[in-house]
Amino acid sequence: MNQELLYPFDAAYLLRHRKRLRRELLEGSSWIDVRLAVLAGSTAQEVLDLLELFLLNDGIRPVFYQSEYNRFYEEALFDTARLEEFRPDLVCIHTSTVNVRSYPRLTASADEIERCLETELARYESIWKSLTSRLGCQLIQNNFEPPATRGTGSFDCASPAGRTHFVSQLNLEMARRALNDRRIVLHDLASVASITGLDQWSDPGRWFSYKIPTTPAGSAMWAHSLANTIRAIYGRSRKCLVLDLDNTLWGGAIGDEGADHIRIGRETAEGEAFTAFQEYCLDLRQRGILLAVCSKNDEAIAREGFAHPDSVLRLKDLSAFVANWEPKSENIPRIAAALNIGLDSMVFVDDNPAERAIVRAQLPAVAVPEVGVDVSRFPLVLDRGGYFDVVSLSSDDINRNVQYAGNEERTALSSTYANYGEYLAALAMRAEIASFRDAYLERITQLTNKTNQFNLTTRRYTMSEIAQIASDPRYIALYGRLEDRFGDNGLVSVIIGRKDEAVLHIELWLMSCRVIRRNMELAMLDVLIERARDAGIKTLAGYYSRTSKNNMVADHYEKLGFERTFLAEDGSRSEWRLDLAPDYVPRNIHIQRIA
Amino acid sequence: MIDILEHLQLIFRDVLDDQGLIINRESNARSVEGWDSLAHINLIASIEQEFHVRFALGELQDLKNVGDMIDLIERKQQR
Repeated sequence: MNQELLYPFDAAYLLRHRKRLRRELLEGSSWIDVRLAVLAGSTAQEVLDLLELFLLNDGIRPVFYQSEYNRFYEEALFDTARLEEFRPDLVCIHTSTVNVRSYPRLTASADEIERCLETELARYESIWKSLTSRLGCQLIQNNFEPPATRGTGSFDCASPAGRTHFVSQLNLEMARRALNDRRIVLHDLASVASITGLDQWSDPGRWFSYKIPTTPAGSAMWAHSLANTIRAIYGRSRKCLVLDLDNTLWGGAIGDEGADHIRIGRETAEGEAFTAFQEYCLDLRQRGILLAVCSKNDEAIAREGFAHPDSVLRLKDLSAFVANWEPKSENIPRIAAALNIGLDSMVFVDDNPAERAIVRAQLPAVAVPEVGVDVSRFPLVLDRGGYFDVVSLSSDDINRNVQYAGNEERTALSSTYANYGEYLAALAMRAEIASFRDAYLERITQLTNKTNQFNLTTRRYTMSEIAQIASDPRYIALYGRLEDRFGDNGLVSVIIGRKDEAVLHIELWLMSCRVIRRNMELAMLDVLIERARDAGIKTLAGYYSRTSKNNMVADHYEKLGFERTFLAEDGSRSEWRLDLAPDYVPRNIHIQRIA
Repeated sequence: MIDILEHLQLIFRDVLDDQGLIINRESNARSVEGWDSLAHINLIASIEQEFHVRFALGELQDLKNVGDMIDLIERKQQR
């Protein structure tokens, strides 16, 4: 992570040094490549230049297509050839309040206002319709920031014919319609402009000179927020917040002053600020973000802080707890391993600049925002960073904490059994393995984009592609959910097979590492073979492409009894086949099928 | 204290990502590699920020070369 690209950033610095920063970021490796088409109602180049930096910093390498200036409507509806040829993964409708055309007159009747609203919305709906039918890819649609001038002052908001009122109405209605179509993600430009401050956001001079509606600072905020949305679409948002304790979650040093004397609660301004930050953390946890503690303290004493009557967070809210005297840069990887997540899924918050510095230096994949020393600002800095942004919430996100709590008990259980089979049997596992269903398309897309270890081909898919595969009879596409006596692991495995006469090409096979060594891959194979035989398939064709992270499945097909038909000289690729015998005996014995 | 030309040269070097770039009063968009319309927008924003000045719309249209920029910055700073 380049720290200069984390919020709070210096827009002037980023613009001035953009070319060098870009050059340096591109020296990295392992990218998600994204073809991003931008249909813009203004000159978008400045925002896109900055967007590229933010995306590169997140491991996403964009290739841009730009519509001609202010031809976003025409290129979406009529002159689509160039856009279709570009084959975008994502299309961004890069519009803003400068593109609103049908404001009502100040004396307009309710009917007239309604017609203006419909005229505006119809323009965007026809763009969505045309693009989704022609391209079938994900769309990002900006809403509208409040107008920079208010001709009648507050009445502009009070009166339904006022521009401020009209734009708010437009935003609410656009959100409602976009929510009905999962291929459309709303990008909340209105909030970005408010956060920036309208006077720091808009610059009429630049609009007249270059058709850029924003100040450089405004462009940077726009680009950063858009990058967060794109990161969320690709399932690359962070999953875990790692927290220091003393002077981060409460005031004072618990080891020196004792648990009774830490500052938390509503009695003092300082206590209120820590309470507010704990509440912000708890909100994150309740929608699926893991919380972990990493503190330099005696563990028993550190735990007492969460028994304080005013503590909002309780020990049960913490998915991992490490308090010792080792460097935090050594403890954080241990937390990552215990939770089975990557360092690039973690955000670290500590009031101590020295601790932040060592974690940044030793663990560049961990995001370490410059939170400062004032806890009252921690929620703002974290929030603005957009580390945990999502484009929707699935029930798996909400349940994730339950799943991780179960993991710790499972580990404890495995040490008391004579052999591994006995342990698996005791888990009382049940799996639901079936064809892709609408309710799971989001989670499936997420898994294809973030699973790196147990992933045979590491092919990434957008939600539209997954939706297309789900409804295409040429594919056998399976998901697997796994539950056991400790809880529901959620949707953890995906297979996508493409039929080609009597051969099924397995284009994707992945599994979440939290269920590794549970025989889930055997259960998936059994169902795959069952479905393949029903479809008249005689042979399964498996493929392995090596990446820096998926070595653990190099022998996956061999273990399943496939025969190798090809091996690249450098070992980077291999191909496998399995002829389906009529007397195939299901391999899985420990997992009961429930669907 | 460095003079305006030296100061501008630092800005040009950063924006155009060319640390060996030498400019003089006669340098213009045709003679300096990479000084296209987008780089120009970026240069103007960086100059406004660095010299704490704000250019009016009419003033920007008359800038033909680095010399014009220097004169304009000087006029702005005296006001």
